[in-house]
Amino acid sequence: MSTMDQPDIAKSDAGSPGSGSTVPVMLEMKGITKRFPGVLANSGVDLDVREGEVHTLLGENGAGKSTLMKILFGLYRPDEGEVLYRGEKLVITSPSEAIDAGIGMVHQHFMLVPTLTVAENVALGLKSSRGVLTDLAAVSKRITEISEAHGLHVDPAVEVWRLSVGERQRVEIIKALYRNAKLLVLDEPTAVLTPQEVDDLFVILRRMTAEGRGLIFISHKLHEVMALSDRITVLRNGRVTGQTVPAETSREQLAEMMVGRAVKLTPDRPPVDAGVPRLVIRDLRVSGDRGTGAVEGVDLDVCGGEIVGIAGVSGNGQRELAEAVAGLRPTQAGSHIMLNDTDIARCDTRTRRDLGLGYVSEERMTDGAIAEFSVRENLILVDHGAEKFTKRGLLNFKAIREQSEALVKRFAVKTPSIDTPAASLSGGNIQKVILARELSAEPTVMVVAQPTRGVDIGSAEYIHSQLIAQRGVGTATLLIPEDLDEVIGLSDRIAVMFEGKVVAVIPSEEAERDKIGLLMAGVFDDESDEPAEVVAEP
Amino acid sequence: MRKLLGASIPILAALVAFLFGALMLIALGASPWEGLRALGSGAFGSSDRIVATLIKATPLILVGAGISIAFRTSVVNIGGEGQIVAGALLSTMVALAIPDLPRVLLIPIVLVAGLVGGAIAGAIPGALKAYASVNEILSTIMLNIIILQFMNFLLRGPLIDPLEVEAGTRIPQTERLSDNAALPALPGSRLHLGVAIAILAAVAAWLMLWRTPLGFRLRAVGHSPAAARSAGIKVERHVTYALAISGSLSGLAGAILVFGSESQRMVTDGSTAGFTGSAGFNGIVTALFGGLHPLWTIPSAILFGGLLTGATNLQRVLQVPAALAVALNGIVVVFVVSSNRVRARLDALMESRDEMNSSDRSAEPDKMSEPEPDTFFEEVKPA
Repeated sequence: MSTMDQPDIAKSDAGSPGSGSTVPVMLEMKGITKRFPGVLANSGVDLDVREGEVHTLLGENGAGKSTLMKILFGLYRPDEGEVLYRGEKLVITSPSEAIDAGIGMVHQHFMLVPTLTVAENVALGLKSSRGVLTDLAAVSKRITEISEAHGLHVDPAVEVWRLSVGERQRVEIIKALYRNAKLLVLDEPTAVLTPQEVDDLFVILRRMTAEGRGLIFISHKLHEVMALSDRITVLRNGRVTGQTVPAETSREQLAEMMVGRAVKLTPDRPPVDAGVPRLVIRDLRVSGDRGTGAVEGVDLDVCGGEIVGIAGVSGNGQRELAEAVAGLRPTQAGSHIMLNDTDIARCDTRTRRDLGLGYVSEERMTDGAIAEFSVRENLILVDHGAEKFTKRGLLNFKAIREQSEALVKRFAVKTPSIDTPAASLSGGNIQKVILARELSAEPTVMVVAQPTRGVDIGSAEYIHSQLIAQRGVGTATLLIPEDLDEVIGLSDRIAVMFEGKVVAVIPSEEAERDKIGLLMAGVFDDESDEPAEVVAEP
Repeated sequence: MRKLLGASIPILAALVAFLFGALMLIALGASPWEGLRALGSGAFGSSDRIVATLIKATPLILVGAGISIAFRTSVVNIGGEGQIVAGALLSTMVALAIPDLPRVLLIPIVLVAGLVGGAIAGAIPGALKAYASVNEILSTIMLNIIILQFMNFLLRGPLIDPLEVEAGTRIPQTERLSDNAALPALPGSRLHLGVAIAILAAVAAWLMLWRTPLGFRLRAVGHSPAAARSAGIKVERHVTYALAISGSLSGLAGAILVFGSESQRMVTDGSTAGFTGSAGFNGIVTALFGGLHPLWTIPSAILFGGLLTGATNLQRVLQVPAALAVALNGIVVVFVVSSNRVRARLDALMESRDEMNSSDRSAEPDKMSEPEPDTFFEEVKPA
């Protein structure tokens, strides 16, 4: 849930006049073409960034965004085209030259040494002003200056491991600013942040553009793109498929430019009669990773033919709730999880699965699939011991192949073959493999966490349609989705979680974004501190 | 193409290692060509020598196959030495307890006793790792020492040959074990049943890993305990199984060492190596060189077995220390293990070409990705 309630950030002047702007252009990439054997990674891509603007580079995975950025940082040489910086031709052959030229990068995966302090991390790789001696005092002083000037609030003396994810990202920004970056590339900077942290980040970014810095913002979250960008360039298959400004476009249009066809961002949900309660959770209490209570007394019912979505800022117990239902996290005494009238609170995962539970975990690559295993092996990860897949104690490869081929076809998994390792599939296709595996077991109850996180729009649309189809055949689904739109679009009822409790259950037809957003933030409508129990039974 | 690359690199590593061996020979003032010939003829020069090589290779095949299973489950088993001894001890005790059973019964029984002894020695560190997070590298090494002392105690005390006590020599050895337990050999040759059993066991290990649900689960646990757990696989149990199975194959090697030997008894010189010939450690090398693949372990073990038997001849012919073979052994390991890096580089190189096809790779650490079971060599990842 990271795209709710973006603050209304005042856009800088640079973007609003559109292409006829008089603001100086910092960077121009003209006609960039880069070929790899068999692939045209960039084809005649133009991108320009003006002073003080946020220029968003939007595109699906593999659209050519990272190739373009690698060319900017000298990691690749373009086959055609040129890079101009402040009107002069720029030839960069290594990232350090890019940094010298005033171009900085904030990586999606932080490049920080956790055991060192902020100052030490910033000083890493820089020449000390005191020769062989370190000049950490001077570095700290400048960090404090930069931090204050930009509202970054980072203490240079603290070890990085003590910092939150949002703070670590600010250290990365300081690193770039310390090196005098005038043009900053932010690679999916919001992927790891909570909504509040996203809001804070956007304020910081706006301060930076106000000083005349140019930003290239790489993202695929359409809400954020609409909220932050001055201009948007969309890439698809290595080509620019559109350049626009937020005022003249919509999320749907952007999605269409990214995918190349009209996309349904919110799926159709035909009415289905809710059946009997299949998953009944009573007084569920679960400890988090640090031993403190993460889920503190949750009551929730999910009926057959119903999708119940959990809305909440991440870290409010959703993950622990899903893992507790799946049997991956022990529940505290007194908790009850009834799966088709059997209390499974003390059962192991195998037993729960045998009783009809399907589980799509939040962490696709660590918990959901095995990267080194082939598509075929991943498809039988749960059911490999079943009678239909074994013959005289050995795996029945013929049956496994037939089933795998059928599933790959039915779920439209894009893979060279069923023997391809999962690691070489795209996120969306891996997710389809996982979904195929879980749905092929014909579960009566599904727990689905983050089904479309980091998944391309086309796959997300497909995954949504499968979840809706599953609802049609009477499966009870507990959904813990990526963002509020997904919750509202897919759910029959929405349960809002705050600090380990379900503070409200709202039928989707009564769901209002703003109201749910407030509940997620812990603001309840009555004046008392007590959460408003808006429990609506189906 | 990539498969070919994978297969050729360990061989290349071995060639480079031999090149180093040649340099060492030159440094010792001997002709490398002569050295190679002496090594080769010592290992494979006559049918007797081939048999000697095969017999040396037998425990290496078994330990190597077991190590492959453990490593595939991401469990590092350094306890081969202790597990061999445990298997040998249990089978010896069984043979002492029921010496008069007919051959057709006694031989399978002592072999099973070897399996069980090794399995127990493996299951202990396995369970400790699975349920108490005790590092298995440490616990298996420690257990080697404990089992060694237990062997010394048994062979000097309860199991000592009564004749030794009578004569007052007190050599720490058991009495000669029942002939009914001796592994049958080809007439006029030392080639005994143990060699065939080892090869069969390696084949069984391969079948288990890639053709059975159990092996599937072990490999799943090895690659990703978290994903295995989410899929309903009992991770702790399978970690224990992996070390128990790995240990059982070493234990079987122990039983074969006792009942395939000419002396038909257990003797100790105070070290495990005195009994095992360091097969518990060399088996790790064998497995690594065989790409942690039980079938490739067979030729790999024959190569290392040949190196061991050939070294004696090398010493005799060229008057150079037999330790040279041990050094060669070590160099092969260094090169094979470091060739992992080389291969990772080559793979990365090939991957960067089709990088643009494979989307959200950025989200994942670079993984060596090759379809199993054709994987020839895979990075060993200690848990």
